[in-house]
Amino acid sequence: MRHIISVLLENESGALARLVGLFAQRGYNIDSLNVAATEDPTLSRLTLVTHGNDQVIEQISKQLHKLIEVVKVSDISEAAHIERELMLVKVKASGNQREEVKRCADIFRGQIIDVTPATYTIQLVGTSDKLDAFIQALGTTPIMEVVRSGASGIARGEKTLAL
Amino acid sequence: MTSQTQPDDKSADSTRATEMLSGAAMVIRALADEGVEYLYGYPGGAVLHIYDALFQQNKVKHVLVRHEQAATHMADAYARASGKAGVVLVTSGPGATNAVTGIATAYMDSIPMVVLTGQVMSHLIGGDAFQETDMLGISRPICKHNMSVRRPEDIPYLIKKAFHIAQTGRPGPVVLDIPKDMTMPNQTFAYHYPAEINLRSYQPKQQGHSGQIKKAVTALLAAKKPILYAGGGVIMGGASNELTELAQLLNLPVTNTLMGLGAYPADDKQFVGMLGMHGSYEANQTMHHADVILAVGARFDDRVTNNTKKFCPDATIIHIDIDPASISKTINTHIPIVGLVQPVLTDMLALLKQKKKKLDSAALELWWQQIEQWRTVHGGRYDTTAPLLKPQYVIEQLSKITKGEAYVCSDVGQHQMFAAQYYKFNKPNRWINSGGLGTMGFGLPAAMGVKLNYPDADVVCVTGEGSIQMNIQELSTCKQYGLGVKIINLNNGYLGMVKQWQDMNYESRYASSYMDSLPDFVKLAEAYGHVGIRVTTPEELQPALERAFALKDRLVFLDIHIDPKEHVYPMQVPGGAMNDMFLSKTERT
Repeated sequence: MRHIISVLLENESGALARLVGLFAQRGYNIDSLNVAATEDPTLSRLTLVTHGNDQVIEQISKQLHKLIEVVKVSDISEAAHIERELMLVKVKASGNQREEVKRCADIFRGQIIDVTPATYTIQLVGTSDKLDAFIQALGTTPIMEVVRSGASGIARGEKTLAL
Repeated sequence: MTSQTQPDDKSADSTRATEMLSGAAMVIRALADEGVEYLYGYPGGAVLHIYDALFQQNKVKHVLVRHEQAATHMADAYARASGKAGVVLVTSGPGATNAVTGIATAYMDSIPMVVLTGQVMSHLIGGDAFQETDMLGISRPICKHNMSVRRPEDIPYLIKKAFHIAQTGRPGPVVLDIPKDMTMPNQTFAYHYPAEINLRSYQPKQQGHSGQIKKAVTALLAAKKPILYAGGGVIMGGASNELTELAQLLNLPVTNTLMGLGAYPADDKQFVGMLGMHGSYEANQTMHHADVILAVGARFDDRVTNNTKKFCPDATIIHIDIDPASISKTINTHIPIVGLVQPVLTDMLALLKQKKKKLDSAALELWWQQIEQWRTVHGGRYDTTAPLLKPQYVIEQLSKITKGEAYVCSDVGQHQMFAAQYYKFNKPNRWINSGGLGTMGFGLPAAMGVKLNYPDADVVCVTGEGSIQMNIQELSTCKQYGLGVKIINLNNGYLGMVKQWQDMNYESRYASSYMDSLPDFVKLAEAYGHVGIRVTTPEELQPALERAFALKDRLVFLDIHIDPKEHVYPMQVPGGAMNDMFLSKTERT
């Protein structure tokens, strides 16, 4: 099962390395990971997408808690939540394909953020599934480069992961 | 990058004029203020300022080992015997990497330790400087936490933080990396050692959940075939008295893990022996057939459970542990209690004493009859009629002559298992061995660490000719500090445990398990200025032991030649249940 784990950790050097090292040492999967400081510069917020059975996810959560710099851990995918990922895609766009790519981007509510006579760079935000679907939808359009941020997530409603 | 360097401003004595100290002096002063008596280490370029500061005071005493690994084991063993963190000081690069095995050893057994490692100057870090190694990176997976000093004025706070983390919650080693420019003698800063530290991201639990404790007590009172399974957490948690009281109140059979030996007195009739791979027949049978298992400070390690799928099929499991990650990690727990074992057991005792419901004493009587029957099987007992000296006999005699009260520091291998099986540990903190990592070379430095801190106690190193040679250079340190350790070298000319596995699984093809060209250990001991005694027959053993212990202040190296064919039994059958055991070379359950 896919899980989205949110972690609040001290914004200290070595904290991220420790967290990533934990996944490597214990053989847990990281499908994606992103991290940045929060409105409080002493804290970082990290979102990690992983998969595993219930026992593995429970161990991941407990092992994360054990790290000294980890302040809070939440599996936000256990309850109602919002998930977003940013993707930048550079494609070859010339001749007939130019119009086709533009239409496809519009359908997915993507934005073309850079244009050359032969290429488009499209920015797309959505769930990871939606980004996958867009890549499928591009069909025969030659993709030159894909950059994805990995998912970020937040709980719906009043629930927060904060101090 | 900002929060760690803000010291908590709770001064113990704010009226005192501020002292100005160099980073190096602050390191030593902070240790003194923490109450550290001994520092185990080895000097080198990156820590010379600290060594100079050490030289100029007399509160913290330094022990110069012959190899950094020994410094870590000395500090570790002190912690195992005293419950307080041991402290190590080593230089950068090879000094730090030599300490790695000792840090990992302490980590695997949850032993509090503070390791100060030198580092090259800050501006050289990352540039492949002389004796530079990324000690934070190397030690990250083998310590509870690690940190580096970024500003000299943070040193007292970081040292306090290191002790705080090492000694609270589930204990463990903490590494503090100190770049040389943080200790410059000509730069001084205001010294202030915080009385306490509060970390928002680290708030270990103390008390257990009262609802869970109630459930546990109810389950224990309803049990017909209970067992108490106690591990190293009881030793480090200082809960041996509470554990013993609880066991006796409920008439529970008690088994200890390798790390838990001494948590419950071995001489007591309720003790069924160690459990697990080389556990006693009765302990493993009692576990397997139990209906309620009370696990206290134990972690269902693979050397205990055997095949987890076949583990104790009828048991309701109650698990008390300070580390939530230990709960349901390998074996599913029915009633988890997260907290320090000592307060949790105290709460359980209080609740039990209030309860009106009595034990099912009829069922318990039947259970004890069954256990007594298992006891008579004598699985794994050794041949007492053989002409060759048996290692089990040596340990039995050692146990007798020291009345089960010596500190027994073991190396790793067959001798370790014989010591665990045949020495009668009646007190906690007396059995000191590398249980988790299984570090050969641990025994001698461990014995040294204990002897230094408990000079009047009998301190024994039980070892073999393989293990002892991994840190034999420390015989020199023993001479320098007058450490009268008794070394029981169970010499069979083989790496015994390796050989045993080769006998059992590889048709006795002894690939590199035979030790050729062994030194004359008696002469070797004498060369280092100690006493050496060779024992080759059962008759020589008793007088040799008596002589060794009579030489109070001397290190005595007893080179005891034992039967090389002896195996450790019982031994769980791989892939089987708790109670599937080989009982001897020819019998199995």
